[in-house]
This record gives sequence, structure tokens and C-alpha cells, in this order.
Amino acid sequence: MDLSFSTEDIAFRDEVRTFLEKDYPAELRGKFSRDEYAKEDFLLWQKTLFKRGWGAPAWPKKFGGTGWTATQKYIFQEECARAETLPVPPFGMAMLAPVLMAFGSEEQKAHYLPRILNGTDFWCQGYSEPGAGSDLASLKTKAERQGDHYIINGQKTWTTLGHFADWIFVLCRTDPKAKKPQEGISFILVDMKSPGVEVRPIITMDGSHEVNETWLTDVKVPVANLVGKENEGWTYAKYLLAHERSGIAGVARSKKGIERLRQIASVELDQGQPIIRNPEFAKKISELEIDLSALEYTELRTLAGEASGKGPGPESSILKIKGTEIQQRITELTLEAVGVYGAPYFRGFPKDGDNQLPIGPDYAHLTAPMYANMRKTSIYGGSNEIQHNIIAKMVLGL
Amino acid sequence: MDFAFTSEQDMLRDTVARLIREQYDFDTRRKVAKSEAGWRPQMWAQFAELGLLGASFPESDGGFGGGPIEAMIISEEFGKGLVIEPYLQTVVIAGGFLRHGGSAAQKEENLPALIGGERLYAFAYSEPKSRFDLHDVSTTAKKDGKGYVLNGQKAVVLGGPLATHLVVTARTSGGQRDTSGITVFLVPKTAKGVSTRDYPTVDGLRASEVYFENVAVGADAVIGEVDNGLPMIEKVVDEAIAAVCAEAVGCMKILNEATISYARQRKQFGQPIANFQVLQHRMVDMFMAAEQATSMTYMVTLKLDEPDRQRKLAASAAKVQIGKAGKLVSQDAVQIHGGMGMTDELNVGHFFKRVTMIESQFGNTDWHLRRYTELSNR
Repeated sequence: MDLSFSTEDIAFRDEVRTFLEKDYPAELRGKFSRDEYAKEDFLLWQKTLFKRGWGAPAWPKKFGGTGWTATQKYIFQEECARAETLPVPPFGMAMLAPVLMAFGSEEQKAHYLPRILNGTDFWCQGYSEPGAGSDLASLKTKAERQGDHYIINGQKTWTTLGHFADWIFVLCRTDPKAKKPQEGISFILVDMKSPGVEVRPIITMDGSHEVNETWLTDVKVPVANLVGKENEGWTYAKYLLAHERSGIAGVARSKKGIERLRQIASVELDQGQPIIRNPEFAKKISELEIDLSALEYTELRTLAGEASGKGPGPESSILKIKGTEIQQRITELTLEAVGVYGAPYFRGFPKDGDNQLPIGPDYAHLTAPMYANMRKTSIYGGSNEIQHNIIAKMVLGL
Repeated sequence: MDFAFTSEQDMLRDTVARLIREQYDFDTRRKVAKSEAGWRPQMWAQFAELGLLGASFPESDGGFGGGPIEAMIISEEFGKGLVIEPYLQTVVIAGGFLRHGGSAAQKEENLPALIGGERLYAFAYSEPKSRFDLHDVSTTAKKDGKGYVLNGQKAVVLGGPLATHLVVTARTSGGQRDTSGITVFLVPKTAKGVSTRDYPTVDGLRASEVYFENVAVGADAVIGEVDNGLPMIEKVVDEAIAAVCAEAVGCMKILNEATISYARQRKQFGQPIANFQVLQHRMVDMFMAAEQATSMTYMVTLKLDEPDRQRKLAASAAKVQIGKAGKLVSQDAVQIHGGMGMTDELNVGHFFKRVTMIESQFGNTDWHLRRYTELSNR
């Protein structure tokens, strides 16, 4: 056990730092912290990474991965968080790709993986339905075989960035007579430009448009777009949820978030003193930071397990729950720190060329919407209560 | 960066785990704790024989070339057995003082005897009014010729009744709460003027109130620098914190295992209570707390040799996490065991008590949260 970085690691960190300083596209700077982004922004960032050969740090080398050590992946995450780059959306890179690698046909791998890697395709996820949330296996969207095609009918919901997506991977019911809800489900890739696909925005309480309803009406999809075997989709869906745990904790981004919170708390006044001098508030920051430190070392243990070839240990199961609790708490305390200037609401304001002075300090802008928005984290990806169920069953054997 | 244990470290863990399994079962421990002596000298001799007492010392000090990671492994496995014998006081604390501040002569006199199991040590630092502040010292050491004369009282000196030697903090100058003017002394418990009142503690250990009445020691009893003992004391106590964190992790793992196995067999309403989701989620929270505590124990253990500020931040962060995790795990373990969890007969209550005492050992959660906050906002 050793915490120190080798000289190679330090050289690597400098290399990443230089790359981010020089090659992170100028037009994307500041977009992440301002919470503004378009599809092209994500694709541009992915293209930039691809050009450098760093398109998919988590993938095996034969598919275009970097072959980095666990430490290098950790350093890369840290540096991206530090530079406040846009995140890489997980849908293609971290969710679909591992499923294709494990269960996809050779044609599917050869076609889709390079397009994810080089920033051509933007993917979204077709899992949840109005009647199938935590109980995902109760999904009703149907895919009926007609010759060389499936005809898909149904409604998906909470489709994150579906309005950006070129493709969606959809869980569909292909055997309505299956005995158990988990049986008779298939995993199918659908071109969002297909006739019958309609995306309708859902505006969340923070006023942003991230998620959508995706309606599928008589959508015709070639049978070649089935991943793996028909009716075995639940296995792949579970594989997807269990895969790629590192990164889910969001440690590096949370560290940056606490750093920002500390900066705000050292200038916001409370009873005439920086609020960081208020013992009650300072204590809350300390507790949060200590929780994050515990999570960081839990993630490092997971990375070490993966690197040693033993695979992640049971500790990896807690990353989602603890990671999201911390992300939420950061936005909660940041909103507390800014006091009354949490209230003014100007999404997308000021516009370029607008010469009005902003109201309140810049850092207060969007703190309340961010706090509201982050409530999603303990709901998505299997709610934290479902995560408790999973740990109880899979780890504790209850 | 690497989180794997070496094969020697894995072997060390196996050795300690086997010893605990075979010779430190709960019923034996309970009998020993209630016996007149309150410990097993032959067990200590066995620790020495197995090389456990020297495992964390460098070879240059006559040890087996290990360090804090070895102490962590031993402490965690000892935690699983609720080991009574004063490993922490002797190896981690007295050993720490000797490593960091001991003269060549002090090392030569003490380390072979310590590693060989002949000398046992206790750390006489807290006082009736000092609570958790290491610099709050009213015991005095007055210069007298070439030596010193000690006067004062030390409170709840764990392992005191078993010890042959005491590591004592005393004031050589300044006022009661000054950070300078503190000196560390090594005093044989047989020295004239040392008296003790010995008693059992709630978690099955033994402790003493130690009284110093005109105890004369030579200048060679000083460990480290005169008047500037505090930085060394803080370093050793942070090392001790890492070790009690590991011990608490061992306790929590047993509490969680016991609780899960009990919940599977205990039936109410016609089914095992493990089927109830409200209890399942509590047990998951216990599991998560123990895992986070494990991570923090690694963290502090690996940061013990960093500069003072970083080391203190690490130790306080770990102690806060372990304090909270220990409360959650121990309280819920008793709760889920129901009435059985309340009994003296079951091991759960004994682990509950040890974890509870660890929370206030070397500063409780509030104290460390304050130290962490002060250091991080400085």
C-alpha cells in the first residue's frame, strides 16, 4: 500500500494538464460551470479527446482504449474536474459500449464502437417508462417481429438528453407470454431519425430541459439491431447497471465542488464575518469533506481491486449511494452559503452582447436550480433505495 | 499509488486471525476479562514469539521491517477478538515514542525488551481536568540537579496495572495549557513515589489512576527534547488514532457479521427478520459505514508520515468517520439483536462497549471535527 505517485505518474499528470490547457476547446470553457451546453459541445469534446488518443480511458485497448493504469485513470478524472471540462455523457461510452463489447455481434462492435469513440454518435437510454421506474422489469414497450424487422410501440420516459441523441438503446418486450416479468425482454438499438420516434421535452423544477418523453409509434427497426439474443435483454440490462462503477462516485467533481463552496464561504458574510468562520457552517463543510475523503479512498480501493485483476470488491456497491448523497449535499450547502442571492432566477442570462449588470454575485447564479436539479441523482440509475435492496441481496446475502 | 497488501502482510493477517480464532474466542476473552489479573501473560509471550510485537518496527530498531500498515493489520484483527493485552500502549505508543525520540541508549535498553515481550508500557498523559487536550498538562517535572522530580496525577491510564514502565507527559516549564514546556519521560512503574489505583474499565480492559509524588528520575529518562515534547506527542497520538481506527474496524466487521447471521435465523411473524426491508436497509447502512471506516483507516495509516498539518487533518478526519460509523454500527447491532443484544452473555454488547470507548479515546468526534475545521480553515 502506497499513496505516492511515481515519477511516471507525475509526468502523466503534467501531460494531461498541458493537454487540457492547450487543447480543451476555447468555446467550451466555462460552459460546465454555467450549466449551458449543446449536443455539438459534447461531441466536440469527444472528438478532441479522440484526436489525442484519449477517447475512451475505460475501454480495453483493442477497442481503442488507452491502456492506462488505474492510477492514470484516477489522475485523468482529477485533472478534468480541476479544469472544469464538460463531462463525457455516459450513455454511449459507459453504458452501451460495455454491453456491445460483451454481447454485441462483430458487425455491431465494428460499426457502433468507433462512432462512439470518435464523437460521431450521441446515444441516449430507453429504459424507464411511465409505469416502470424502480420496477423496471414491468416495462410494456413492445417489439413485434415482422420478417426482417421489429415493429416497436410504446413510451419511454426520463430520456436524458434524448433531444440530442442520434440513437437510443431500448428495452422492449418481445415475448408477451413469458412467465416472469424479467423474461421476454430484448435490448434493441434504434435510430432516432426513424419514422415514429417522437421526443417531447420534460422541464424539471430547476427550469432546465435535460429529460424527455420518447414516444415510439410503429417504429420499424432491422432485426440486425437486436443486441445478443432475443428475450435475453434483462441480463444485458443488469450487466449495464453493474458495469463501470468507477467514476459513478463523481469524487473528482465533488472535490472541485467543495473547493468552490469554500471559496464562496470565505467571501459571503454572516454576522459581518465570512460564513466559513461560523462554527455551525464550518462544521457542516468539514463533515462533508470528511465523507468525501472516505468515498475517495473507497473508490481507490475499488480501482486497486480492478487493477489487480480480482475485480471490484463489495465496497464498490456503495459508490453510487454515497457519491450522490455528497453531490446533493454540496449543492445544498452552496445554496445555504449564498444567502438571499440564491433567489434571483435568470437561466441563460445575461445573453452575449447584453450589457446589463448581473444581479448578485456570479457564483450565486443558479445555486438554487443546481440544488433542485441534483435531487435527481439519488433517483436515477436505480434509486438509492433500490441500491440498498441490491446491496442487501447481492452483497449481504439477505 | 497502490492499495494491495504484500504477501508478507497477507501472511501476517492470516497468522493473527488464526491466533484469535483458535485462542481468543469470545468465552475465553470474557473469562479473562473477569479474572483477577484481567489479562494473560502467556498470550503476550505468544504475541512476542509470533513476532507480532516487532512486526511494525524497522530492522534498524530490531524489528521485522514493517511499519504502520503492519500495526493496522494487527490492530484490526485484535479488534475482532477484543484483545485485552496492551498492544496499542506498548507497541504503537511507547514504541512510537522510542522510534521518534528515543536516544540510542534508550532504544537499546527498551526495544529488545519490548519486542521480546518482557517490558509492557502504559501511556500516562490524560489528567482529571485535561479532557482531550494533549497540551493541558499540570503534572510537573522540576529540574533537580541533573535530573527531575515529578509530581501530579494521571487519569485513566489504560493498561496501567499490567505495565512495567510508564511514558509520562509532564510540564517542565510554562502554564497548565501552554503548548510549549511539555516533556516526555520514561519512568519504571517501580520508581519510588509512583503509586496507582487499579480498576477495570467498562469495555473489559484494565486502567489505573497514577500518582507521582516526588518521583526522582535522571536526565536520561527524557524522551526527545526538553520543553518541546508536544509535536512528538501529537505524532505518536495520531499513530495511536490510526491503530484504534483499525481496531474499531475489526469490531464493526464482527458486529455486522453477527447481526446479519442473527437476522437470518431469528424468526418473527413466521419468517426470518432478515426478510424485512426496514431491517435490510439498516444492515446495508451498517455495511456502508464499516466500509467507509475501513477506507479512512487506510487513508490515515498511509498519511502518518506526511507533514504535521496533513497528518493531523488525516487523523482527525479518520477519527470523525470512525466515531460516527462506530455509533451507527454498534447501536444498530444491539437494536437488531433485540433483547438478546442487551445481554452480557452475547458478544454484541461487549463489542458495543469497546467501540463506544474508542469514540472518546484520543479525542471524540466533536473534538476532532473542531481540530479538522480549525486546520482546514487556517
